[in-house]
Amino acid sequence: MATKLIPKELAKRPDRLSPGHRLCAGCGASIVVRQMLAAIDAPVVIANATGCLEVATTIYPYTAWRVPWMHNAFENAASTITGIEAAYRSLVRQGKIPEQNVKFIAFGGDGGTYDIGLQALSGAVERGHQFLYVCYNNEAYMNTGIQRSSATPLGAHTTTSPAGEVIPGKQQKRKDLTMIMAAHDIPYVAQAAPSQWRDLMQKTRKAVDCGGAAFMNVLASCNRGWRHATDETVELTQLAVDTCYWPLYEVENGQWRLTYKPKEKLPVEEWLKRQGRFRHLFRPENRHLIDELQAEVDRRWERLLRLCGET
Amino acid sequence: MSRFEALTGDNAVAMAMRQVNPDVVAAYPITPQTETVEFFAEYVADGLVNTEFICVESEHSAMSACVGASAAGARVMTATSSQGLALMWEIVYIAASNRCPIVMSLVNRALSAPINIHCDHSDIMGMRDSGWIVLFSENAQEAYDNIIQAVRIGEHPDVLLPVVVCQDGFVTSHGMERVEVFDDEAVKEFVGTYKPRYPLLDIEHPKTLGALDFYDYYYEHKRQQVQAMENATGVILAVAEEFNRKFNRNYGLFETYCLDDAEVAIVVANSTAGTAKVVVDRLRGEGLKVGLLKPRVFRPFPARELVEALKHLKAIAVMDRSISFGAMNNAGPLFLELVAALALHGVRVPIADYVFGLGGRDILPREIESVYRDLLRVAESGRVERLVTYLSVRE
Repeated sequence: MATKLIPKELAKRPDRLSPGHRLCAGCGASIVVRQMLAAIDAPVVIANATGCLEVATTIYPYTAWRVPWMHNAFENAASTITGIEAAYRSLVRQGKIPEQNVKFIAFGGDGGTYDIGLQALSGAVERGHQFLYVCYNNEAYMNTGIQRSSATPLGAHTTTSPAGEVIPGKQQKRKDLTMIMAAHDIPYVAQAAPSQWRDLMQKTRKAVDCGGAAFMNVLASCNRGWRHATDETVELTQLAVDTCYWPLYEVENGQWRLTYKPKEKLPVEEWLKRQGRFRHLFRPENRHLIDELQAEVDRRWERLLRLCGET
Repeated sequence: MSRFEALTGDNAVAMAMRQVNPDVVAAYPITPQTETVEFFAEYVADGLVNTEFICVESEHSAMSACVGASAAGARVMTATSSQGLALMWEIVYIAASNRCPIVMSLVNRALSAPINIHCDHSDIMGMRDSGWIVLFSENAQEAYDNIIQAVRIGEHPDVLLPVVVCQDGFVTSHGMERVEVFDDEAVKEFVGTYKPRYPLLDIEHPKTLGALDFYDYYYEHKRQQVQAMENATGVILAVAEEFNRKFNRNYGLFETYCLDDAEVAIVVANSTAGTAKVVVDRLRGEGLKVGLLKPRVFRPFPARELVEALKHLKAIAVMDRSISFGAMNNAGPLFLELVAALALHGVRVPIADYVFGLGGRDILPREIESVYRDLLRVAESGRVERLVTYLSVRE
């Protein structure tokens, strides 16, 4: 079992993702990864889908990773980590390598997870491998230059769903991947955000100790795509949480639990207006999209409250 | 030391896999490879192997998991056919480039469309530039022997490349044959244990695998793959020699049959070579100097050795079980490569291509005989009248 989460102690640990990587200033992904890896006491082995996190941390012959790390392709981080995990179990069982309580983690962006890698992820968790899949979700394909994904919210401007003269940004709602993963009935599923770092770290610990497949969807702002200042990353993810656009909850062995309830549920507009990707929504002719987004947030929030027994 | 069993090609491969006892197998069923996966699943269920068997949700994930497991430091095997291989394609290249010595059984089947479950070689020919070592097998025995040797070839420190072992769909995979099965202990001894050089699971020495590689290093890594391929030829022969010493069956880069004194010969891979041998015997009975060359190693392509074996002939026919659409004269890949090899070495033997058996179309002894009779005419006239013939097709 994991030891108690003592921030002072954790702060003394060397970063498993070292400084010097080439992710942008204010990138949510690196904050999420460092925070999560700091929460795990045991050795870790990582598989990384193609994406910003991968390309910016391992430009040959350099690497920012101080732990075993592998990149295979875009859509197969989940299948890759299950191959590594199966090899570990096989080799340990045969006495070829020592048992070291290794934790296996896959990192993918929303492109690699919600879209191109969904099949591999679904298969991997159904097979019951012991691993944690982390989606660092910045709500678009940021590595290729901000194209829409199925995680991109309604109305958002991306380079493939541009806010034009006729079409005001993305025309479709975002997919609820956390719900899809919960429907797999695996031991642990959670939604988290780096602004609630203690919650994020505690969930990470639960996830790697759950004894089976775990999935975490972590909102990780990309200031290039969301269009905000580099020092607003954490603040903006917290606004997503406080508007209930991104509720924090977990599903542990089928038990739904809200892990953070905002004191006051802010209007989603508070979050939208801080980001350049939604700027066009504040034109009078597009106001209805904000209303639609608010309705979606309200409906999903109410459903979540029911599932968590909060109503 | 060994026993004889009645086995299908699929079963023979599964038997070899059981004896190799790999650490990880990740595979997805597809006709006509399915039996291999089923037999292997039984071995796992009966506790006859130490393997972690990953029943993946697709071939793409099969190859992805194989790459992960191999990089982790495990001995890894898989099996597929046709569309399954096509779905793996992206990761097939990554397996070779990451120098993962995975062994794959490929039961050759035609590629869609139209969908077809029967034999041809379009699947393997599509991966011929992917960086895998490619071995052909005439029958179940050769598939079994090749799988065992493939483990040693791929894992050799001077090679470290994945190896694919081909056999013909249904003809070999579902045909029951008499197969010599070696003792488990003897196979175990022959394949030894895999000692990975840079296993990901060496926790104390963390490694980054699959890094982003730009114009300043990518090219050198590709050059290293070339070197590995060059090294493979010698390793394949050395492993074959050791196999011969231990199991008393001789393998080389290719097999020749009545070739030394032949005037004309057919070059054909996999099961059709077996049929061709019967035809050679029959025609030799008539006093005709016909012979056969059966490629075993297709990658690395043994150009020099092939030319050496064929240069004395008066006419050569290559029989291709696939088409390289849009290539020179819409010929088959084996023909194209052999033509280039002969030209490169300054050997001017008349040569023609016979495409046959696409989508499992039967190839009969009398059709092979007709090829030999064509060749005898070419030998006499010194002139190839038709460069590419599509055998037994309604045109």
